[in-house]
Amino acid sequence: MATAVVLVGVFAAGAFRYPHFASWAVVRNLFVDNAFLGIAAVGATFVILSGGIDLSVGSVMAFAATLIASLVERHGMHPALAMSVALLAGLGFGALQGALIRGFRLPPFLVTLAGLFFARGAAFAVHPQSIGIRHPFVAQTLNDTLSLRFHLGAKIMTIPCTVFLLLATFGAAWVALRHTRFGRSVYAIGDDEHAAGLMGLPVARTQVGVYAVSGLCSALAGVAFTLYQQSGDPAACKGLELDAIAAVVIGGTLLTGGVGSVLGTLLGVLILGLIQTLIAFQGDLSSWWTRIAVGALVLLFLGLHRGVEGLARRAAAGPDGRG
Amino acid sequence: MESQAAPEPQSSSAAPRGAGVAPVLLAASGVSKRFGPVRALDRVDFGLRAGEIRALMGENGAGKSTLIKCMTGVYAPDAGEVRYQGRAASVGSPREAEALGVSTVYQEVNLIPHMTVAENICLGREPRRRWLGGCIRWRRVREKADAALGRLGVDVDPGREVASCSIAVQQLVAIARALDVNARVLILDEPTSSLDRDEVARLFGVMRHLRSQGLGIVFVTHFLEQVYAVSDSVTVLRDGTLVGTLPIAEVPRRRLVGMMVGREVEDHRPSADANAPGGPPRAEILRAEGLAKRGMLESVSLRVEAGETVGLAGLLGSGRTETARLLFGAARCDGGRLRIAGRDVRLRSPRAAIAHGIALTPENRRTEGVVPHLSVRENIALAVQARRGLRATLSGEESRRLAERYVAMLRIKTSSIETPVGQLSGGNQQKVLLARWLATEPRLLMLDEPTRGIDVAAKSEILRTIDELRQRGMSILFISSELEEVVRVCSRVVVLRDRRSIAELEGGELSEAAILNAIAEHQPANGRPGGGDA
Repeated sequence: MATAVVLVGVFAAGAFRYPHFASWAVVRNLFVDNAFLGIAAVGATFVILSGGIDLSVGSVMAFAATLIASLVERHGMHPALAMSVALLAGLGFGALQGALIRGFRLPPFLVTLAGLFFARGAAFAVHPQSIGIRHPFVAQTLNDTLSLRFHLGAKIMTIPCTVFLLLATFGAAWVALRHTRFGRSVYAIGDDEHAAGLMGLPVARTQVGVYAVSGLCSALAGVAFTLYQQSGDPAACKGLELDAIAAVVIGGTLLTGGVGSVLGTLLGVLILGLIQTLIAFQGDLSSWWTRIAVGALVLLFLGLHRGVEGLARRAAAGPDGRG
Repeated sequence: MESQAAPEPQSSSAAPRGAGVAPVLLAASGVSKRFGPVRALDRVDFGLRAGEIRALMGENGAGKSTLIKCMTGVYAPDAGEVRYQGRAASVGSPREAEALGVSTVYQEVNLIPHMTVAENICLGREPRRRWLGGCIRWRRVREKADAALGRLGVDVDPGREVASCSIAVQQLVAIARALDVNARVLILDEPTSSLDRDEVARLFGVMRHLRSQGLGIVFVTHFLEQVYAVSDSVTVLRDGTLVGTLPIAEVPRRRLVGMMVGREVEDHRPSADANAPGGPPRAEILRAEGLAKRGMLESVSLRVEAGETVGLAGLLGSGRTETARLLFGAARCDGGRLRIAGRDVRLRSPRAAIAHGIALTPENRRTEGVVPHLSVRENIALAVQARRGLRATLSGEESRRLAERYVAMLRIKTSSIETPVGQLSGGNQQKVLLARWLATEPRLLMLDEPTRGIDVAAKSEILRTIDELRQRGMSILFISSELEEVVRVCSRVVVLRDRRSIAELEGGELSEAAILNAIAEHQPANGRPGGGDA
């Protein structure tokens, strides 16, 4: 709720300040430039809802992107196949992290920190430099044919396939979290793991599943990033996991788990993107101001959580304490 | 796992109906269980019929929860067998027991706080669509929850978030969830311990409602009145053995208490004016009048004079520990008056109590008392340091002298004052805890079960120390479930039952029998709890 207010507020502020801000082009770019971040943030939402954390997101994205570029350009593999391989690798990598966390009761922070280094190293091991992709399947079929083109007044608007990938991912995640037993288990475990176990929920399976989903989303974000950049760079996406976590928190998901939604995450991603756009419009501000704004926003939302919790507790202790 | 179409538990054939006798739903015969050298259960028999509410009673360590866990698959019994609706089965988990129709609701309610009532009732077994990748059918979830709540005969909004419901409602939701798997037997483990009177009445209404539907209910509780208010029969365990199972109408209170503590309660009536004032009045250190806190304590009055040892006696769950916690400011009372040294006070925190010269050694020394990794010296210095604040630090020399003094005084057996407390025996850990509070030189020392879990020699050692402290002028509030100790060490005893102080015994009238008598005899002041039927 608060997230939506902030999003509208930021947009209104931009529209008020800059004459060309409130345009379809800005909205389009917002989605196009943040598609990969959004997809990664979906995975982060699952993990955080379950009460965990995944720091390996950016590295897995870079690994997936480098792997695709290398397989296509240096080994002559078809891009579709290469992408499938990368997705499977991400899924497996995430599941492995989840299995370590669950199996040995290791702290997710440390296991995924190890994963961060491991995947980054693996990306450089695949190829130490950025590889441009010139395969026609990527340049034409995916980025050209599969994009939506329509006339908007005098201009032609193009919406690339990564945006549809983003929306599809969010849609699937929304259904999974709201309407499947797996999704409900994710919430239950994040809320009270002990009780969830005693209520007979498959805690272990769900926890491993959550990290597998995060790994898969990271790889999918890597695919989106490859399409966006038309290259695979092992040094890319450094620290992107932190942007993803920030988007999730700004989106209203509790870092302790159990409360939140993937819809909030989408709004969170858009807020991050809007702030970047605003600062680009301003022109004379360095891009570091984006970071400061994001930091302030994260703090603001943490404060909001506390305040809302306090209110809820007071309400619960009030008139209906007796049921 | 698809539990949607859970098969009806095998109910027919095995136990024939008719002849006016309801079928036995859950039976244990000759069940034994050992934990290392401790025999937790010794050849216990148990049988619960349909439409019966059975109270299961016993003091600490009697084996109540072990019996329940053996019947619900948490433990595998070493010997004996458990029969579910007439069929013997070895059950390996609570889930399997549930499939056989036996559900348990524990004292601490296990629900997901941020989910709705309906979601909690159906969580993990939501009805799903066959298509669309098994999406949950929310309307059916709601219907299922409505049905489950309707079965209890309670009116709770299924769309409400569980965290915003009272503990009593959460308990009902947990029961609704337990019954949602075609339960025939419901085990309620101390369901009333955090409920107030109205809520208890409501729960009892639900229990009677379920009984009328032919369910068998096992009701574990420490509250005597509640047993008489709702149950049909009672099973008493003591030290892991079965004392007896009797229809409740045939057990007078006195006999029931006698069965629990293992002693006959004679009809001992003190002479009419035994509480004549004896000796010159001493300074009053503490006086509590009608101390109360919702869900913890209903009304406790007591006074402690300088240089006397006052005992708090009562069965488990009668409010002994709760009284100590309120007097120590560890929980805030919401009723009654508290006077310390003649002045009205409100204790907002243990710090405030310490400032008034009150000290408490808690019941659970592992979790609330000693810090096992710190040394004897550091543990003893802890409370003194806390009292002084951060600025006036205790020098190493000072704390060493302090520790050495109390190690000698209390005869703490340790290789050195730098030994981590975790390496000491239970009795010596208890003494370290005692030393910590003695070091703050309190006016009133409250000891909650100071002799639990320590050997006999260490026990009498502790009791001797307590008496020495009293002779030095310290006032002591002594809490113990061992009546023998209470009688031995105290000059006056306040008897608690069902969270109220009901009697005060002193001088010649003070004896174990008199305490038991007081517990058994007292009738509640304002009607039976759980009177209002649903």
